[in-house]
Amino acid sequence: MLGYIIRRVLWIIPVLFFVSVITFVLMRATPSGPFDSFGGGRIAAPGVVAALESKYGLNDPPQIQYVRWVGNLLVGDLGPSYKYRDRTVNDIVGQGIGATVHLGIMAFLLAVLIGIPLGVIAALRHNGVPDYLATFVSMIGIATPSFVLSILLLVFFSVTLGWFPSQSARWWDNPATWVLPTVALAGFPIAQIARYTRASMLEVTRKDYVRTAQSKGLRERTIVSVHMVRNSLIPVVTILGPILAFLITGSFIVETIFGVPGIGRYYIVSIGQRDYGVIMAMTMLFAVAIAVLNLVVDVLYAYIDPRIRYS
Amino acid sequence: MTVTNDQGRAPGDPEFSELPLDVEISTEEGRKLVSLLKDDRPHARKLLEVRNLSTHFATREGVVHAVDEVSFELDYGETLGLVGESGCGKSVTALSLTRLVPSPPGEIVAGEIIFDGIDILKLTGNEMRLLRGKKIGFIFQDPMTSLNPTLTIGYQIAESARLHLGLSRRAALDRAAELLSKVGIPKAKDRLADYPHQFSGGMRQRVMIAIALACDPMLLLADEPTTALDVTIQAQILELIRSLSDEFGTAVILITHDLGIAAGMCNRINVMYAGRIVETGRVDDIFESPRMPYAWGLLDSLPRLDEEKGARLRTIEGLPPDLINPGPECRFSPRCHYARDVCRASEPELSPRAEEDHLARCFGTEPGGWIQ
Amino acid sequence: MANQTRTLEAPAAAAPRRSASLWGDAFRRLLKNRLAVLGGVIVLGLIFVAIFGPMLAPYEYQSQDLAAVVAAGGPVDPFVGPHFFGTDNLGRDLLSRLMDGARISMTVALVVQTVVLLIGVPVGAAAAWFGGRLDTLLMRITDIVYAFPDLLFIILLSVALRETAVGKAMDGLFVVFVAIGLTAWVGMARLVRGQLLSLKEAEFVEAAKAVGVSDFKIILRHLLPNASGPMIVAITLGIPGAILAEATLAFIGIGANEPRASWGKLVAEGQTYIRAEPHLAIIPALVVAIALISFTFLGDGLRDALDPKLKGKQ
Repeated sequence: MLGYIIRRVLWIIPVLFFVSVITFVLMRATPSGPFDSFGGGRIAAPGVVAALESKYGLNDPPQIQYVRWVGNLLVGDLGPSYKYRDRTVNDIVGQGIGATVHLGIMAFLLAVLIGIPLGVIAALRHNGVPDYLATFVSMIGIATPSFVLSILLLVFFSVTLGWFPSQSARWWDNPATWVLPTVALAGFPIAQIARYTRASMLEVTRKDYVRTAQSKGLRERTIVSVHMVRNSLIPVVTILGPILAFLITGSFIVETIFGVPGIGRYYIVSIGQRDYGVIMAMTMLFAVAIAVLNLVVDVLYAYIDPRIRYS
Repeated sequence: MTVTNDQGRAPGDPEFSELPLDVEISTEEGRKLVSLLKDDRPHARKLLEVRNLSTHFATREGVVHAVDEVSFELDYGETLGLVGESGCGKSVTALSLTRLVPSPPGEIVAGEIIFDGIDILKLTGNEMRLLRGKKIGFIFQDPMTSLNPTLTIGYQIAESARLHLGLSRRAALDRAAELLSKVGIPKAKDRLADYPHQFSGGMRQRVMIAIALACDPMLLLADEPTTALDVTIQAQILELIRSLSDEFGTAVILITHDLGIAAGMCNRINVMYAGRIVETGRVDDIFESPRMPYAWGLLDSLPRLDEEKGARLRTIEGLPPDLINPGPECRFSPRCHYARDVCRASEPELSPRAEEDHLARCFGTEPGGWIQ
Repeated sequence: MANQTRTLEAPAAAAPRRSASLWGDAFRRLLKNRLAVLGGVIVLGLIFVAIFGPMLAPYEYQSQDLAAVVAAGGPVDPFVGPHFFGTDNLGRDLLSRLMDGARISMTVALVVQTVVLLIGVPVGAAAAWFGGRLDTLLMRITDIVYAFPDLLFIILLSVALRETAVGKAMDGLFVVFVAIGLTAWVGMARLVRGQLLSLKEAEFVEAAKAVGVSDFKIILRHLLPNASGPMIVAITLGIPGAILAEATLAFIGIGANEPRASWGKLVAEGQTYIRAEPHLAIIPALVVAIALISFTFLGDGLRDALDPKLKGKQ
């Protein structure tokens, strides 16, 4: 298993390298420079632009810029913001990352705590009412994008029923504001997890070792929890990687709609503002986060399946 | 009504551990069962009396009569062979004996199964659990898939001992180690923490045997225990089953399509065909003087060392019948060289031949019949 | 518990087996799946609207009915008066804009899946057929592309190109098509490779080779048709992803330029009026959801219908 882990870790390096190159190339390929407009339609005088460009090293050859940029990234320096020149990307990220991580964890927990039992019950009552219900809900959850869900939740629960605030001054400090974004973000993961868990449990039900367990006279409850659920959760772990990636990219939309002060929302804002420094840095940040999370999931998978762990 | 475990311990006692004690005893038969469980003595004339057992499966194409009015008996400590080709109903019979027939399509629709004096078909599903694993052990055919890959084999062996014998975790694992070495796994204690994939096929089957025997059952059902194994291992496994059942006085029903195996292991044999028993008797009688054309065909089809090289293998022509809506005729008649009109009109009963306990289902071999 | 004899009822009368071709069989099975049929009907409806939209729409999607806006004191409400779904604050009829959005989404679906076919299939087929180093190389490339988070790449590419000439092509949609297509082909390549790898060992391939059929023809006429079932399912199920990606991009402001009315853009615009005129956000959101769900039901239904394990049953 150690070999497996090492190989997976090493694999991240070319992937991230590739991502960084693409990111860099794409951003540098943009014809308008970051200083071409200062917002509000004002255009700076050429001398000012030139001075700024040289200050940020934008006149150096691309390879040098790339190396400098990657070098900075590796030591954790995410670079300057071209729009807010008194703040670096690190500052901005530092401010917002708390809310984003918080939201992500809550959505993840919700997804797991609802999705898995839902899938298990649907499988155990196969073709019964709970099964059809769960399957139907899953399909809708999977096909409905998070921004649709967000809008619907917002309109129904916030605007119409007024149960939850949609915006407030000190936003994230008020727990009532956490509910809707979490549910909106968790919608798709719940559906995916439930679907996979159900499919996996149905397969496990047909396995011979379940019959062996029955032949020992074990209670149904024991057979399900000890023999079946364990085995069926192993394949489900494989989709946790994409789910975590979804939680990250999904945060862009959900945070924007609900106004959550996190880095997902800020990413979207910086796209609109053409703040290329921020865009590049945050792209890399997200890519690294996704790659690392995928790695963690892969290792977890290798760990919980004894066939891989002890081989 | 709660039950105390074998050591007389009840819930609340510190030595007590998880038992199927929350099993609700709601039937007459269930109450009888509970008193039986207190000791290991035989409680009836025969260990197993099966009368007119019928198990059917509901499929899209119709109802399949997998097991049709099967009757037989088994003595305490006896080894009985259930022999026949694929699809003849032998596995379903075994599953029916412990009520593990998969219950959407399948169902035991008729008959009685009297185990140690208890009619087990009258028990509730829950009450049946008191027997499974404890008094009836099952060895399945494919050791590669019959063990749970995510649990240690120590756990899997100890599971039924903890459940049925009320052993603590420590004690159950000790027993598992004992069992493991009894089935011939070296360094048993060290191997308790290993997982099934770390064992070879033959060793996994030994583990299955250990699991089946964990609570010292009265009956062992072995469904083609060696079919999935190498020929060289087969003999070892069979020998193991034989020696252990001798040692513990366990009755065995051995299911196989291999006559050689049956001959070597069993005291008596039931030959099954198309869901019915077509011949039954002591092993010597069946092999020396079979009295049913199907049995002849089976014995005849065994390749022999003293044949001429290049001779064709002898087969029984034709295929087994469709078990959906079987007709009134003798089920073997389409393939039988000796069949006559009476065979196609109605089905013979099992009737005795030369020896009183040697029964065959064939008009032709009945006293006065046309086959000698 | 049986001590009396009972008879089991067979679930249905035993039916004689009908001989069936793969497609006929599959189609029949598909028709029995009500969700899939529903999805299929809606999909056909969307395609119809996409093609005939401009002729069917009650108004031109960019025209502004200022009189109505002034009369209503803002965006017009739905279900009253001639504007069926109401208008936005500029007087643009929502229904007509939704139809334009349908056009965009269906075009995205078409273009993206075409790209997926044109790149994914040859790559997958080549990897499977030639094996060896080519296979490893192609698989490494797909691994890397796979590992790059889709949405990030699409956003980056669109952002990078939006100021360029390329970015302005087709109302800004060309970039979107390309970006989404470039991330989506990977799944198809893997699928085709997997399918062909198992198919290429089959005997009919050996037979074809023995007769002297060229590699290309074998792949084209023998192997790919056999893989077409899973391919069709993958294409159908990939469409919701493409539509969603485009809508998400439009929502964050990338992609379709004014005055085109991508569904995502409609939702974004509607969001600013969410308190006063929720219909501006809800209706487009629901339309997106319905479109995605329909394709998903249809795709799932196709997958079940084409599943060889179910052949001969039902």
